[in-house]
Amino acid sequence: MLSDMSPRSRRQLLSMIGKAGGGLAMYQAMTVFGHAAETRFTGPPQLTGARKGSTVLVLGAGLAGMLAAHELTKAGYKVQVLEFQDRPGGRNYSVRGGDKIVEVGGAVQNVGYAPGNYLNPGPWRIPHHHRTLLHYTKAFGVELEPFIQLNHNTLVHRKDAFGGKPQRYRELSVDFKGHVAELLGKSLNAGALDSSVTREDKEKLIDAMRQWGVLDGDMKFTGDLRVSAQRGYDKAPGGGVGGAPTPSKINSLSDVLSSQVWSQIGFFFSYVMQTTMFQPKGGMDMIGKGFYRQVGKMVRLNTKVTRIAQDDKGVTANWTDTVTGQSGESKADWMVCTIPATILSQIDIQVSDTKKAALKALPYSNSVKIGLEMKRRFWEEDYSIYGGHSFTDQAIGLVSYPNNNFFQDGPAVLLGAFAGRAGGYQFAGMTPEQRIQTALDMGSVFHPAEYRKEFRTGASVAWSRMPWILGCCASWTEQSREDHYDNLVAMDGRIVLAGEHASYYGCWMEGALLSSLDAIKRLHQRALAA
Amino acid sequence: MSVRTVSQMFAATAGLALVAAVAARAQDAPGGVTTVQVSDEGREVYEQICQACHMADARGGGGAGAAIPALADNPKLAEKDYPIMLLLKGRGGMPWFTDMLTPEQMAAVLTYVRGHFNAYPDPVTVADITRVSTAPPPVRECDTCGK
Ligand SMILES: Cc1cc2nc3c(=O)[nH]c(=O)nc-3n(C[C@H](O)[C@H](O)[C@H](O)COP(=O)(O)OP(=O)(O)OC[C@H]3O[C@@H](n4cnc5c(N)ncnc54)[C@H](O)[C@@H]3O)c2cc1C
Repeated sequence: MLSDMSPRSRRQLLSMIGKAGGGLAMYQAMTVFGHAAETRFTGPPQLTGARKGSTVLVLGAGLAGMLAAHELTKAGYKVQVLEFQDRPGGRNYSVRGGDKIVEVGGAVQNVGYAPGNYLNPGPWRIPHHHRTLLHYTKAFGVELEPFIQLNHNTLVHRKDAFGGKPQRYRELSVDFKGHVAELLGKSLNAGALDSSVTREDKEKLIDAMRQWGVLDGDMKFTGDLRVSAQRGYDKAPGGGVGGAPTPSKINSLSDVLSSQVWSQIGFFFSYVMQTTMFQPKGGMDMIGKGFYRQVGKMVRLNTKVTRIAQDDKGVTANWTDTVTGQSGESKADWMVCTIPATILSQIDIQVSDTKKAALKALPYSNSVKIGLEMKRRFWEEDYSIYGGHSFTDQAIGLVSYPNNNFFQDGPAVLLGAFAGRAGGYQFAGMTPEQRIQTALDMGSVFHPAEYRKEFRTGASVAWSRMPWILGCCASWTEQSREDHYDNLVAMDGRIVLAGEHASYYGCWMEGALLSSLDAIKRLHQRALAA
Repeated sequence: MSVRTVSQMFAATAGLALVAAVAARAQDAPGGVTTVQVSDEGREVYEQICQACHMADARGGGGAGAAIPALADNPKLAEKDYPIMLLLKGRGGMPWFTDMLTPEQMAAVLTYVRGHFNAYPDPVTVADITRVSTAPPPVRECDTCGK
């Protein structure tokens, strides 16, 4: 019966159930239809009936803070937001020409990108199942475009594979598949797996290996024209005289194994990394700006909170204006605090010892991104690479090509490093100029003739040196979740914490938003009960 | 360079830790696995890792309430178990380094930091690291930062 329903009538039924049974019933119904297991988001929270004159102080104008401000205002609260930086958005950030990047330690970069170009130093890709984020981007008029996550024509480089010469992902992945299929076919035919598979399944598997691996009649992966139809030709098919293609030569099993291409294949299987992915047109900070259009009037920028107190009547935040040096105090009935744990654990805050312990037990990972502006799109013009990532085992991790403005003349910014862990620390410890030079050296393996020649200007963001966060994202472990997570997220008197760090969806914008929605629902309940 | 990190040391004995670390790291990559090497020499470990936050002069930085602590002239380093504990467990915003540095590298860099930026010349040894590391090292959940 269900299968007869058109998508449209399903939606009507769902909205009926939603009206009759509320969000939870709707969620359960959707799950039955196989629509919603992917998200905890059941729509905006629809909070109503705040007590007249109730006030909320929100600390931090990242996505978690601004969403709290937006929804609590809709519920009838009077909200004020205090933000350390001179811009809203927090980690939702884009760097453009004319911007200044100031690091702890004093390094200053004046970004020289051409107009319209940008680097997304933090978030850069949005999975199709991050429904909360997608809901609000649509609601706030933020236009999204495809993020080219998987591009078969990009390159894979490992220092000790193929003599250090990068190979096309397409060729390596097809060859890996072909060799694995041939080997599995061999073991099946030799009866080596007879105790593991039924006769029937064995036949199906052999058939599958032949088709999937593009094996020949002898179950061998040889690299005939059918294989070239996947991995590309030596001479591509042409028209007219001499139009016949010639096949390309496959790589040996050992060579393919040395490339470790399975690590990229596996990466693309990750649920959060699967296509379709999106990015905002014009830079990731278009999302922060979209939120700011809703709540901008409530936000006090350049306001660094230094102390947080509460009693049975309300909350107080002491702050310093980072421009004038003036200090001040803001009061409200309730507080949503989204300041990252790296900073909050250093602030005098009046909460339980268990919450303080949780904040102190939450280290942050590190990351460095470098945007290199090139005079022209040589990766498109000379390599037929349109978006996507070339991978390397060097500290830069990858080179990622812009996903927008294809075929345009003029300068474009590519991501010249996404360095984490040891490589991230190595880059962060360098001067901004050294970072650029090192990234140019490493990235040159992919485009040796063009990389330095076409380079115009670069900028880097070393997250461990950003004064308002001192890190990238919260690093939880199974043990710290068990010891501290509940204590971290529990409402403490009049204060509730929210943000990426207060979620099980760490280091995604979706996690920051889900945490915020959960926090304000609990705050609203407590406020109505008080 | 030596390749056995503390996690691996434990994995060899405890069996489980390494498997978990590898599984958790599956997503924690820009897509692929880098082969970045860290030096075994104390000063170079400092420059390649610690300097990212504590700065080249080991004076840290930032402002009140948003600071990176100085390692230079830091009386807390007099007692060597304290910095060893920080490398093994992390504290505040600083993560543990058990999945990035070997016990040899930890000993070398702590000897350097205590001797060069402070006046505590007695070396930190691998035996010190092993003595303090009584519990299995933390295993990080995957995140998207490294990637
Ligand atoms: C390198 C990197 C890559 C990422 N990639 C992705 C991705 O591809 N996709 C994705 O969805 N997510 C990604 N993320 C994660 C995403 O950026 C975060 O999960 C999300 O933006 C966090 O939002 P938040 O509101 O919790 O915190 P934040 O955005 O950090 O907001 C906290 C705010 O508090 C302010 N603050 C700090 N101290 C004080 C103080 N003392 N007083 C007042 N205010 C203060 C800060 O200035 C900041 O504005 C990435 C993050 C990084 C760093």
